[in-house]
Amino acid sequence: MSSEASNSNDPVIRCENVFKIFGDNAKRMMKESGGEVDAAKFQEQGCIVGVNNASFDVHPGELLIIMGLSGSGKSTLLRCISRLTDATAGKIFIEGEDILKMNNKQLIQLRRSKMGMVFQSFALLPHKTVLENIAFPLQVKGVSTDDSIKRAGEMMELVSLSGRENYFPRELSGGQQQRVGIARSLAIEPDIWFLDEPFSALDPLIRKEMQDEFLRLQGVLSKTILFVTHDFDEALRLADRIAIMKDGIIEQLDTPANIVLNPATEYVRKFTEEVPREKVLKIETVMDPVNPADPVSDIKVSKDAIIESVAEVVLNSSKPVSVIDSTGAIVGAVHASKVVHLLFGGHSKETSGQLS
Amino acid sequence: MMELLREHKYLQFMLLIAVFLLMCMFVPATDGSWLWRLPPLFKQLPLMINNSVDFLMFEWWLVDVYDPDIEEYEKQPVMRQVTRGISGFILFLIEFVRELILGGVKTIVTFTSWDWATENPWARWPGLPWTVVAGGAAILGYRLSGIGLALFAGFTFVYIAIFGQWEPSMQTLSFVLIAAPMAILIGLALGVCAYKSKTVETILNPLLNIAQIMPHFSYLIPVMVFFGIGDHAGAIATIIFATPPMVRLTLLGLKKVSPEVAEAGRMAGCTDRQLMRRVLIPTARRDILIGVNQVIMQCLAMVVIASLIGAKGLGNDLLIALNRLRIGLALEIGVCIVLIAIVLDRLSLAWANKQTDYFADQSFKQRHKHSIWFMGVFLAGVVLAWIGSLVFKEGFNYLYLIPHNKGLTTGPFWQAGVDWLWDTFFYTLKGFNEWFIVDVLIPVKTAFLAMPVVATFTLAMGTGFIVGGIRSALIVGGYLLFIALTEWWDRALITSYLMTMAVLISGLIGIVAGTLCAQHPRAARWLLVWCDTFQTFPSFIYLIPVMMLFGVTDTSVLIAIVVYATIPAARYTVVGLQSVPEQLHDAGSMAGVNRFQRYLSIELPMSFPHMALGINQTVVFALAMVIIGALIGTDDLGQLILGAISEKQGVGNGLVLGFCVAFIGLAIDQILRTWANQRKAALGLE
Repeated sequence: MSSEASNSNDPVIRCENVFKIFGDNAKRMMKESGGEVDAAKFQEQGCIVGVNNASFDVHPGELLIIMGLSGSGKSTLLRCISRLTDATAGKIFIEGEDILKMNNKQLIQLRRSKMGMVFQSFALLPHKTVLENIAFPLQVKGVSTDDSIKRAGEMMELVSLSGRENYFPRELSGGQQQRVGIARSLAIEPDIWFLDEPFSALDPLIRKEMQDEFLRLQGVLSKTILFVTHDFDEALRLADRIAIMKDGIIEQLDTPANIVLNPATEYVRKFTEEVPREKVLKIETVMDPVNPADPVSDIKVSKDAIIESVAEVVLNSSKPVSVIDSTGAIVGAVHASKVVHLLFGGHSKETSGQLS
Repeated sequence: MMELLREHKYLQFMLLIAVFLLMCMFVPATDGSWLWRLPPLFKQLPLMINNSVDFLMFEWWLVDVYDPDIEEYEKQPVMRQVTRGISGFILFLIEFVRELILGGVKTIVTFTSWDWATENPWARWPGLPWTVVAGGAAILGYRLSGIGLALFAGFTFVYIAIFGQWEPSMQTLSFVLIAAPMAILIGLALGVCAYKSKTVETILNPLLNIAQIMPHFSYLIPVMVFFGIGDHAGAIATIIFATPPMVRLTLLGLKKVSPEVAEAGRMAGCTDRQLMRRVLIPTARRDILIGVNQVIMQCLAMVVIASLIGAKGLGNDLLIALNRLRIGLALEIGVCIVLIAIVLDRLSLAWANKQTDYFADQSFKQRHKHSIWFMGVFLAGVVLAWIGSLVFKEGFNYLYLIPHNKGLTTGPFWQAGVDWLWDTFFYTLKGFNEWFIVDVLIPVKTAFLAMPVVATFTLAMGTGFIVGGIRSALIVGGYLLFIALTEWWDRALITSYLMTMAVLISGLIGIVAGTLCAQHPRAARWLLVWCDTFQTFPSFIYLIPVMMLFGVTDTSVLIAIVVYATIPAARYTVVGLQSVPEQLHDAGSMAGVNRFQRYLSIELPMSFPHMALGINQTVVFALAMVIIGALIGTDDLGQLILGAISEKQGVGNGLVLGFCVAFIGLAIDQILRTWANQRKAALGLE
């Protein structure tokens, strides 16, 4: 679940200069543009640019969130990668294979063995019970009724829905329906998990609960995940890395902390302005190098701890607090004044140095 | 002045009416004047159609076909071979189902020969005792739904048996059991094709429009020419008539499936076929099932009409009963048709909604209990029939088969009722009837016939222009021009007069009743249930009671049309009023409206587009019924179509007449639908 994994393995998903342009003469215009797509010019010709030159990798076990407002092309990008829609240009590799070159049969095989997807509006089959819905991907694959139903039963347990097997989707609440959607997408044990705004249709309280549930599942399953959302807080909460999209262009792709600390564009900055840093940043971003001359308290905090979660400890300590890495070695120290500054200093006006 | 006109459509409309009236007054009714009537340039059209059909059937593409009777090859036209093949196939299926229930030898003959069957007299399928069929239907109902449907299905068949309608009913049933599934399958297939290919949809759309609005009778004639006469011809006419709504509703349902559901199916790894069969069609099943329901209803509505080209069964009996004015008998037969319709509809609905329980750990006996029950019922029925053969030594074995018209009958009771009505209300009814005909119908009819053709065109095209611009005007004008150039313009005017009267009355009743019932949820539900029930009746049934009271007159026809055509007007009114969002009601209440103000200024404008579509349906229903009215005597297009059925060269006449009727409907449809869509768009309803 951390970005360190990126060094160790080949990417699971790799996008190279992916374009998606809607319109009758999209292909021709794409060819003429020679890789430089100007959305305004295309619009004049009746084409709408969905995804504009997207290139990135997703590594095994990584959770990449694509964040953007409605119309930013985030769902389109997801659908290009799952090939629910065909990209106009570019290359998309899943585990090294170019899916744009796959024929229908190979694509179906890939989806049956490697991919699962969760939808915003749940997209459950209304005529099937909860159990049948979950068993569905197995059944189209040709798994026998007995085996698929047994497996579906296990999935129900995984998403804590046991006892509602014979309910119909319409008889469940939104949160429960999405649990079914999640269970269905996981039934074939996919390696790659696509989630298209899975919690956007839910009430705030339920959404929080489902996010926790999602983190719990991911802790157990460690899938490679592509997660689309328009909710920046959600992205910060869940992501290993975030790609922020606007008008089809990926504005910035980085870890939550880096995005908050170093917004690449004005657009990204607007999102980050209101974000409470202590909820995003890890202790290591405010620690100082170890200075043997300084007196240090006995209290130790992990460098990966989110500041908010350890702020009280640090502030209550009279001396700076030691910071340790995962092996337990001391790598730095945190001064209370830095935390105070971060908590109360005002976000974008750090330089003015107002302390309350 | 021009500004004012451009601003206000109703001013344009008033101007149009004024022009129309002036034309009516000042264009002289002189023969030969093009302003009065257009010359029948299309007079030769029916003949041309006849000739091309003849060519197709007798001369086009001759091939060698072996004739077993004369033991040599003969030149035969391909078309004839194809239609013969289709006829034979459908006839075989119908006979097979029929003989399964009623017994017989034809199916066995199909696989052997008449000679063999004559030599082996034992080779006869004996037919099932009616008790077994009734029991089987009940068990099927129980298996698919529960005790309620079981009782209803059982009751239906018992009713049919003891009222002595067993044989014709089973003939009708076998006919419907073949026609309906075929119409459903064809409709489903075409709907799926239209969903997959935009081209197919574009081609199908106008065809469906015409097919749905063509009068039932006009199908009969070409079918007769191509396929001959008999059960199969009836079945084919029925299939042609019953398929369009199925196509429509399949397409509608598939289009309504949310794209995410389709995507979920594809991400689950469905092949195209799996996606269609296991995701899209089941998800769209609500609309598709309405289509199935429509097909079944249309099939039974066609039962009577199909009997005109040789379909055996209840339809034929009903026709005869009506012709002899045996109202009681007609009523009993009508009830049989309605009961069969409802049973089939409920059974198919229950079948489509059937669920599997994966966790029930069942023994062999439990899993096959319904089959076991049926075996029990079968044995019991056979034993009963055997006992019956001992008891009723002389005459009929009532426990095996209650012969035609030897069962109970309530006919005399109804007849007595009718007689009593006649005796008691003779003068009232006659007075009303005479007044209505002399003072209302005849003047209106005369007025319609006194319209110069130029005035009719001005009114129709002008209305089209005001509503939908030049495009609508041209479309409406095109439809009318076709009719005007045939030699039947006056007949078409009579059809229009009956239809207009009926639509005015039905629309008024429907909208008032709908509005009143919509004020109260329970009343609204009640009204919708009534609409459903009345719509279940084959249109023919409506002729029975009105003929009882008003005899063979335009009044009867008009009342039958009104009863039938009020259904959609009332239904759409209720649905329209109910679909007004709650928030608007609240907003109105907070603005301090009283109930009447709320109706006038909020509910009515919001549901107007719905009501317009209801009136559109009313027009379609009314047209259908006007033509059926020919069976009890009118002098409009319908009568001519009916006449064409018995003519040798009737195809051309029948088809052209059918198009005339269809075009009247389509012209009105064009105006009403354009208007409703504009209003909907303006109100943001779609």
